[in-house]
Amino acid sequence: MSPPLFEVSNLSKRYGSNTVVNQLSFSIAPGECLGVIGPNGAGKTTTIRMCLGLTRPDAGQISYFPHGAAAPALQMPQDALAIKEKLGIVSQFDSLDPDFSCAENLLVFGRYFGMKDAVIKARIPQLLEFASLTHKANAKLSELSGGMKRRLSLARALVNDPQLLLLDEPTTGLDPQARHLMWERLQRLVQQGKSILLTTHFMDEAERLCDRLLVLDHGQKMTEGAPRDLIARNLEPDVIEVYGEGALALMDSPIRALAARTEVSGETVFFYTHAAKPLQAALADHPQLRTLHRPANLEDLFLKLTGRQIREDA
Amino acid sequence: MSDSSPVRAASWRELFRAPQLSGRWLPVFRRNLLVWRKLAVPSLVGNIAEPLITLVAFGYGLGALVGQVQLGGNAVPYILFLASGSICMSAMNAASFEALYSAFSRMQVQRTWDGIMNAPVRLDDVVLAEMLWAAFKSLFTSAVILAVMLALGISHSPLLLLALPLLGLVGIVFASIALIFNALAKGYDFFTYYFSLFLTPTMFLSGVFFPRDQLPGVMRVVSDWLPLTAAVELIRPLFLGQWPAQAGLHLAVLVAYAVVGFWVALALTRRRFRN
Repeated sequence: MSPPLFEVSNLSKRYGSNTVVNQLSFSIAPGECLGVIGPNGAGKTTTIRMCLGLTRPDAGQISYFPHGAAAPALQMPQDALAIKEKLGIVSQFDSLDPDFSCAENLLVFGRYFGMKDAVIKARIPQLLEFASLTHKANAKLSELSGGMKRRLSLARALVNDPQLLLLDEPTTGLDPQARHLMWERLQRLVQQGKSILLTTHFMDEAERLCDRLLVLDHGQKMTEGAPRDLIARNLEPDVIEVYGEGALALMDSPIRALAARTEVSGETVFFYTHAAKPLQAALADHPQLRTLHRPANLEDLFLKLTGRQIREDA
Repeated sequence: MSDSSPVRAASWRELFRAPQLSGRWLPVFRRNLLVWRKLAVPSLVGNIAEPLITLVAFGYGLGALVGQVQLGGNAVPYILFLASGSICMSAMNAASFEALYSAFSRMQVQRTWDGIMNAPVRLDDVVLAEMLWAAFKSLFTSAVILAVMLALGISHSPLLLLALPLLGLVGIVFASIALIFNALAKGYDFFTYYFSLFLTPTMFLSGVFFPRDQLPGVMRVVSDWLPLTAAVELIRPLFLGQWPAQAGLHLAVLVAYAVVGFWVALALTRRRFRN
């Protein structure tokens, strides 16, 4: 692996007796997209806030290597301002200025980086173009859809031409068209060599965009790796979901032995298997049952690692 | 949670560490200026109409009954007495409104501060920018009211030129104090307490509407230490074409309120943003 651009080691954060982030380590290489997935309350947002220097960790180091591993590293939170010069941030909630047009939002944000008006103004057309908002340059924020606002937030995060983007649930609340456009833009950024740290609740998003995934729960790293590898490493390749009258009774029948692993959630039985054919044949004897055969996916992995329970504190 | 007291003391020392200021307050100030330029006319009307209505109603209405006020041996027309006090009050109100309601909207409701701090801008600079912005807006209001007073011929003293920088300082004082309450607020309702329990009594105790020597003893002592009293004591003589008495003392009071107010506001805002 190439030397990292950004590295977190043994990061911990406690609130009272509650450990929110526990001994977390990960790194991001230049041009890499790392996804952090985990249930609500897993510690994702606290981790991001520590990476931004907004929350002070109780232990651990956050290092940034803007000029490769040989040059001295910048550390959060001491060098927060120097690091932020090189960061682009899209937070979970839009913080766009409602009183400004799209172009003014970009201009005003660029000034926070100490950029000259002329330099920012020269960048604005390409940023708006990137966000597919050229036709909305002078539109008020209230005239924008949810997807347009998210893309404007992304464009705003790019105003300083950052090396690393931190995106906290960038597509939450968007319709499929808007999400796909966002994905396409993020993929383009990775192709341009930007690094991305992304949190998400959407497994298809994580699988599609991320080179590597980190599954976080109770503040701890559960596993880490490329999406396909993680699935292959942790799960049987095929899943048959069975539901309908008498589905739960299968748990006590010989059919159960045909699966490598079974799970019950509500009225549905999940059979995880390396060989779907015999299982399908056996299930054909129960025509009243409804079955769904599909390859194992990231969502199965996520639920296996973090459980099916709803998080009450979320 | 068991916070032992040495830990707590250290944490307060940390909150009250010296302000870390840089030139990055300026783009934050300019952001507010840009919003205001779009909404300037309606906001100006709102800021200036009320103090002028008060001036006309009390000055000409009550002034007809009162006639003249005895001030340090001089008889002063009531309208002049009131005008010189109420401009200080307007400076106080304008700065307070901006540093409470508007700053809170930007800090909490719109998350503007969060967005700004995603860029390389420190919280200290954001708080400084908000303070200076509220003071600037207050000064602008004061300048327009002063211009109207000049046009009405209430005073033509050349010393009024000195009133403007002093009114700017009054804006800084009340913006700083208001930011303390901004840092403590859970919602807009909290500011009602500040207005009714602090600003309204301040207004009546600082010699804006009537001379302070009419106050009973205890209140007089309170009044002596109020920042608005210092402001009125400095600015009223300028309207009368006189140099203020004990100018150094009153200036020192205002500067002390500004410095301590800003420092406390910064510490409490840091605490609010610590987690």
